Amino acid sequence: MRIILYLIQKEFLQIFRNKTNLPILFVMPVLQLIVLSYAADFEIKNLKVYWMDNDQSSASRQLYRDLTASGYFTIAGTGFDHAEAAAALDKNEADLVVEIPAGMEKKLVRKEPQQLQVIVNAIDGTKAGLANYYFGRILGDYNQREVAALQMRVVASGQPIARQVINVESSFWFNPELNYKTFMVPGILVLLVTMIGAFLSSMNIVREKEIGTIEQINVTPIQKYQFVIGKLLPFWLLGLMVLSIGLMVAKVVFNIPFVGSVGLIYAFSAVYLLLILGFGLLISTLTDTQQQAMFLAWFFLVVFILMGGLFTAIENMPGWAQTITLFNPIRYFIEFVRLVMLKGAGWQETRFFFAVIFGYAVLLNGLAILNYKKTA
Amino acid sequence: MSSSIIEVENLTKRFGTFKAVDSISLEVKQGEIFGFLGANGAGKTTAMKMLSGLLSPTSGKAMVAGFDVFKQQNQIKKSIGYMSQRFSLYDDLTIKENIRFYGGIYGLKRKQWKEKGERLIKRLGLDEVEGKLLKDLPLGWKQKLAFSIAILHDPKIVFLDEPTGGVDPITRRQFWEMIYEAAHDGITVFVTTHYMDEAEYCDRISMMVDGRVEAYDTPEGLKKKYGVKTMNEVFIKVARP
Repeated sequence: MRIILYLIQKEFLQIFRNKTNLPILFVMPVLQLIVLSYAADFEIKNLKVYWMDNDQSSASRQLYRDLTASGYFTIAGTGFDHAEAAAALDKNEADLVVEIPAGMEKKLVRKEPQQLQVIVNAIDGTKAGLANYYFGRILGDYNQREVAALQMRVVASGQPIARQVINVESSFWFNPELNYKTFMVPGILVLLVTMIGAFLSSMNIVREKEIGTIEQINVTPIQKYQFVIGKLLPFWLLGLMVLSIGLMVAKVVFNIPFVGSVGLIYAFSAVYLLLILGFGLLISTLTDTQQQAMFLAWFFLVVFILMGGLFTAIENMPGWAQTITLFNPIRYFIEFVRLVMLKGAGWQETRFFFAVIFGYAVLLNGLAILNYKKTA
Repeated sequence: MSSSIIEVENLTKRFGTFKAVDSISLEVKQGEIFGFLGANGAGKTTAMKMLSGLLSPTSGKAMVAGFDVFKQQNQIKKSIGYMSQRFSLYDDLTIKENIRFYGGIYGLKRKQWKEKGERLIKRLGLDEVEGKLLKDLPLGWKQKLAFSIAILHDPKIVFLDEPTGGVDPITRRQFWEMIYEAAHDGITVFVTTHYMDEAEYCDRISMMVDGRVEAYDTPEGLKKKYGVKTMNEVFIKVARP
């Protein structure tokens, strides 16, 4: 036990003596959490529209007003020439082109079907999808309201057309205002804690290999478990500290609701960090230089991050990809944090997550200890 | 003389098909300074790593301080000190912190490493720089410190792998004074070197060529056997026959 304390003391001395470590540990995560959370805005505003109105009627002008009043669209240009419209798309001056055919109002009044053309710039698929979706919603409203009004006016003397409209009222539970930050901030915090834990631990032992001190350690009678605990504990404490700072930022800056128990989040993070540190440790036993360790850690982290369910919903992935995410620790942490912070889930509902992460942690640390050899 | 503390019989280390150490046999007596010589790549470091429990031998037999290098590596590690070719103290810790750390993980009590640490800092004349980081010290000082830390826990044997490489002649002389002192205190010294004047300081010597021990005697005996005046000439005769 005393031997482990000497190791821990030495690690902390080295960590805090390294001038770049403190900002990496305490300033960067806060900055990243704030910047990334504001930047990862999935709502798209100010989509640029090239407006081609060949009808010049009160009906088309009403659609124009609906479009600009929605807040999602701004008019980047107007005209009647298809070549000009195409050029605007080419130069990225417009995200979509809306073309109203001549005689639209007349056809609407006569209850004839009418089509209008929307061309969306799909270089950015997400943006294109949203533009299409927003425009469709505005047009839907317009249909219900304006077209009906137009046709009513015409048949005012006769029978009004009976219209049966189904209105969909959605209500969003656990995040009623659909505030994307409530959704993203806990997830980004998870990513940051994971990255710090994995990188610091994987770099650390490999660094001792590079400078040659590992040999001096290996020739002492120190036991493997003592060495591993002495190496992991400092980073485990630092990881929990980073998490605490992040949770404070989430509360103070973003006002994320803490519905569930903070104690439960800490308990889970404690186990989760063991897993991540074991992962870093395993990497550092498999590599000889910090560069190799960095590449290997990055390879896995990129997969973990992109397939963690934060940027793409796991339900939207193909089946085989969903199977892969079952091995992704980040996936479990993100689900867990959201369940607890936003939904107020307790021990009963999250036992499964604890079991998976604990098992995973035991596996990775076990492999790392097996793979670390004091005698080659 | 006294009893032997290292006994090696046909010890071999194979890496794939390459025999880095090819069936060497030797014996080191308690309290002697044993010089382990050989050209670069002759297998000295590999042999030393096997004896200090850092590397598992392929075959043969070896006992170090009464323990088997195949099965009792951790007991061996308790009884030896080791100073590698590469500088292996922590550059980003101070002299005192290094002493505390290595003393601590060898299981010395607080009082022990404190007393011993103070004594060795005085002995090396490092009082004024004891709070400095190691990276700010000259190499010669660091090597002397590394040696002192390697014997901080009073090992029975200390293994030194080219301890004086890149060190100036005066510091080299001081280093050997320290080695004599350690030997005087009863520590067996097992040292590799490329400096033949240092080889003269050893009680007995073995010379490795291509993984085999080709010569094995006192410096005087070797010079007589090869009919030359200096160890330099012995080395050239043995290493390049």
